[in-house]
Amino acid sequence: MLLLTAFPALLVGLILLGLILKSRAILALKPLSEVLFGTSWHPLKGNFGLLPYLAGTAWVTLAAMVLAVPVSLLTAVYLSEYAPRFVRATVRPVIDLLAGIPSVVFGVWGVLLIVPFVGRVLAPLFKVYSSGYSILAGAIVLAIMIFPTIILVCLEVFAAIPRELRDASLALGATRWETIRHVVLRKGAQGIIAAVVLGFSRAFGETMAVLMVVGNVARIPHSLFDSAYPLPALIANNYGEMLSIPLYDSAIMLAALVLLLVVLVFNLGARIILTRIQRRVQ
Amino acid sequence: MSRYRRRRLVERVFLALMILSTFIVVGSLLLILGTIVVKALPALNLDMITKTPKGGFYLGKEGGILNAIVGSLYLGLGATLLAIILSLPIVLYIDSYSRRGSPLAGYVRFALDVLWGIPSIVYGAFGFIIMTFIGLRASLLAGIITVALLELPIMARAMDEVVQLVPPALKEASAALGATRLETAVKVVLRQCMPGFLTAVLIAFGRGVGDAASVLFTAGFTDRIPTSLLQPAATLPLAIFFQLGTPFPEVRERAFASAAILTLLILVISLAARWLSRKLGKHTLQ
Repeated sequence: MLLLTAFPALLVGLILLGLILKSRAILALKPLSEVLFGTSWHPLKGNFGLLPYLAGTAWVTLAAMVLAVPVSLLTAVYLSEYAPRFVRATVRPVIDLLAGIPSVVFGVWGVLLIVPFVGRVLAPLFKVYSSGYSILAGAIVLAIMIFPTIILVCLEVFAAIPRELRDASLALGATRWETIRHVVLRKGAQGIIAAVVLGFSRAFGETMAVLMVVGNVARIPHSLFDSAYPLPALIANNYGEMLSIPLYDSAIMLAALVLLLVVLVFNLGARIILTRIQRRVQ
Repeated sequence: MSRYRRRRLVERVFLALMILSTFIVVGSLLLILGTIVVKALPALNLDMITKTPKGGFYLGKEGGILNAIVGSLYLGLGATLLAIILSLPIVLYIDSYSRRGSPLAGYVRFALDVLWGIPSIVYGAFGFIIMTFIGLRASLLAGIITVALLELPIMARAMDEVVQLVPPALKEASAALGATRLETAVKVVLRQCMPGFLTAVLIAFGRGVGDAASVLFTAGFTDRIPTSLLQPAATLPLAIFFQLGTPFPEVRERAFASAAILTLLILVISLAARWLSRKLGKHTLQ
């Protein structure tokens, strides 16, 4: 049992180790900076520049965060501070269901509704041309996918703030919103940051849904209506051919390693903050 | 405007924004379910769930996605079983054996949380590395191993939440009767936590069945129903993905129907989880 108990920690290390070993082949031949910041991706010519993919991931993820953070935060505040009991009891299961919907279904929905919406409604509105398969479509789908993550963590954070602090503020004559702004949001600031970071890292690694709506064009994007090619999509789309071209599999594994490292760093940070908050509560 | 009225206005505006946000969140779920159902109806028929793809299925001809439905269930069941075998001992151990205040439980929970955050495509890539390492080809077994690793943190963390709610007095009573730690863990804690554990298992199962990125490298895809662990297996998410990728409208419509089937499956699983935890929860000691 003790052995099995060590397994989770061991697994994190094993995944890291496996990816590092596999990506050593390409790092032995090319400096890391050339792979990370190279703009040309031509596996047949031996060019493996990840920059367009990194840029694609960054655009989609950041745009999704801009959409998701305010909505999730306001919803979490409403549910924890304002909502009557029956609203809370209805909305909570909805959020759980939303969290359980498979990413492929989000992708299908994006293709059905969001892509045409962006291509035929939003793009003409801004007087640009877009097929709809764009960063914006990816960001909208991603934002909805990470609502549950941010909301649920925020709810836990708000629940950990002592009732007396709110009462004291209300007793001083503050309105409810003023109490939220000066007491709840300030006291919960660290936890909110952690929630946002967790949402960010979920969005960063999300593969299938984004892959289906973002267009997959390997160029550095310049606007929200451009197509992009995020890093996870690169990994998912190329597994078939990667064994037949030298260094290709190593480059793909390096892409996975970069993805893992970014997600790990953000996750570790957020979890450390949350653990500290929990300990303070107890 | 008086100061008082301004403060009330701000209050109103923010309350309106909050309610709007909540509507957006709830509305997106309804919109997703509604769109999928409406678009799926034209292609939804009994053939979809009772037949495997016939020749020319991906050109819009006869057949269904029984191969993917069965494949997904095999994969989900296998992976969930393996994940239970991995997580039960972990959860019981950190609860019953680690000394109170020892940092071990904290470390394990932390590791599980970190595992939870790892994207499924990375699990897929890792599964692929294991496969090449032990010489396994894309198969049901490889898929099961990969998805089990993906499910492990979800299941173990959910079980851990349940175990933490067991009243310490119950364990003390068991120990006072002379039970060993193992007996207490298996006969008292496990039994008390059964409903919660079932919910945890169902949540993990739903996640495993719905995940596409991790099986893309590892489980392969085939039109036949696998008869051994070493054969490749089709999965619902990938069937949806591949059908949507074709240029034929009939096949794309089937992708929508498949998406509706997968969504229904997931909804049933998560509603069952809810119902079970409420129904069985009555018999546990408070």
